[in-house]
Amino acid sequence: MKSPFRPAKPPDPAILDNHRGRIQLLERRGFMRGGLSLGAIALLTGCDVTSDPSIDKGLRLMSAWNDRVQAALFDPNHLAPTYPASMILKPPKFNAYYDITQVKPVDVSGWKLELAGSIADKRPWTLERLMTLPTSEMVIKHICVEGWDYIGGWSGPTLRSFLERVGADLHARYVAFKTADDYPSSIDMATALHPQTLLATRYAGETLADPFGFPVRLRMSTKLGYKNPKWITAIEVTNQYPGGYWENLGEGWFAGI
Amino acid sequence: MNKGRTRRLHPLAVRIMHWINAFAMLVMIMSGWGIYDDYVIIHGLHFSSSLRLGSWAAPSLLWHFAGMWLLALNGLAYLVYGLVTGRLRERMLPIHAADVVQTVRDTLHFKIKHDDLTVYNAVQKLLYIVVILAGISQVVTGLLIWKPVQFSSGVALLGGFQAVRIDHFIGMCVIVGFLIVHVALSLLVPQTLWAMLSGGPRLQPRGESP
Repeated sequence: MKSPFRPAKPPDPAILDNHRGRIQLLERRGFMRGGLSLGAIALLTGCDVTSDPSIDKGLRLMSAWNDRVQAALFDPNHLAPTYPASMILKPPKFNAYYDITQVKPVDVSGWKLELAGSIADKRPWTLERLMTLPTSEMVIKHICVEGWDYIGGWSGPTLRSFLERVGADLHARYVAFKTADDYPSSIDMATALHPQTLLATRYAGETLADPFGFPVRLRMSTKLGYKNPKWITAIEVTNQYPGGYWENLGEGWFAGI
Repeated sequence: MNKGRTRRLHPLAVRIMHWINAFAMLVMIMSGWGIYDDYVIIHGLHFSSSLRLGSWAAPSLLWHFAGMWLLALNGLAYLVYGLVTGRLRERMLPIHAADVVQTVRDTLHFKIKHDDLTVYNAVQKLLYIVVILAGISQVVTGLLIWKPVQFSSGVALLGGFQAVRIDHFIGMCVIVGFLIVHVALSLLVPQTLWAMLSGGPRLQPRGESP
């Protein structure tokens, strides 16, 4: 199966029609082979593991338990290793649930950062105002759930300083994000307050380029890549579990590293 | 321990832990193959979808992160049991290099003797020690891949995140290699398989010579 993190454009349907006979042959072969190994598992577990909803429920319960274990393992004072600026990959690696050619740049003249939930001052922020906040810099490793990694250099205000500035309830459980590319995401408050959690506006000393989240994206040193939404348009502080794009499809939620 | 009672080659506790481990290992290996495929370590090596546990990477990860508890807790119980009862030392020690060479030589000459199940030959001992160490190594490298920032000093010690991924992959190869030999031999000498189900021959109490 192709990685769902790198989907391509759907192929011309005519190709499928031209090869239907061969595909059916392949499917039949795969079905027989799959049946053999599934039979082996079924002998061990006594059930068909691919379709049983109680197995699926059990796995999700274990994932919820693992989220709690991960929260306990998370040390709010432990900093991720940092690297010299010379090691920064330029440009950074692009990754999304669609191809880089599908990126729709954000028109900054109409852009606002909306605020919602347990926040005292919910007035939306313009980019100019966001740029007046003091910034932090970090050169950190980006680790993808797929297994690859690269070193990137990010700067922008810490999410902590932003949340403090707008009077967010720092005891709430979740910070949730909405983005221009319809990629909802959410993190735990402990990670939101970590010193290496930035509302990044710059990469390698330059304004963030369009494919990487201009004008503002989240960058955390302590979570897997898919937890870092780009092109942020809204931030909400909440106690209701907000989920996220990949999380709703079955990836783990905490995703701490 | 076992005073006044004859012991079995494989006491009930060992048999239970063995089969739990067999199940957990299969879950970890096959779900691991599902995770591996998104970013391969050996160019061109992919695992067929019929060998992967989980329809895509996310469910494979869920299986892997559920199975890890079973594997680690059962493995820990096995090691504690083996050390406290002396089973590990009794089964796997002493082991001499000369015996390993001799056993390999005999095997290559098709002189495979296995009429006494209660005595492990030197190669058997060596393989069991290697696979136990590989299992421990998988838990450690797995923990480091799962939490490379929280355990960043451990990752640095082993040469970085990608190096630990490769270590974890090599550990899998060692265990799968063991599994192939182990299952093949248990089918060639079916009494061993039966012994792991029923307990096998009765042994003299520890400390008495047979």
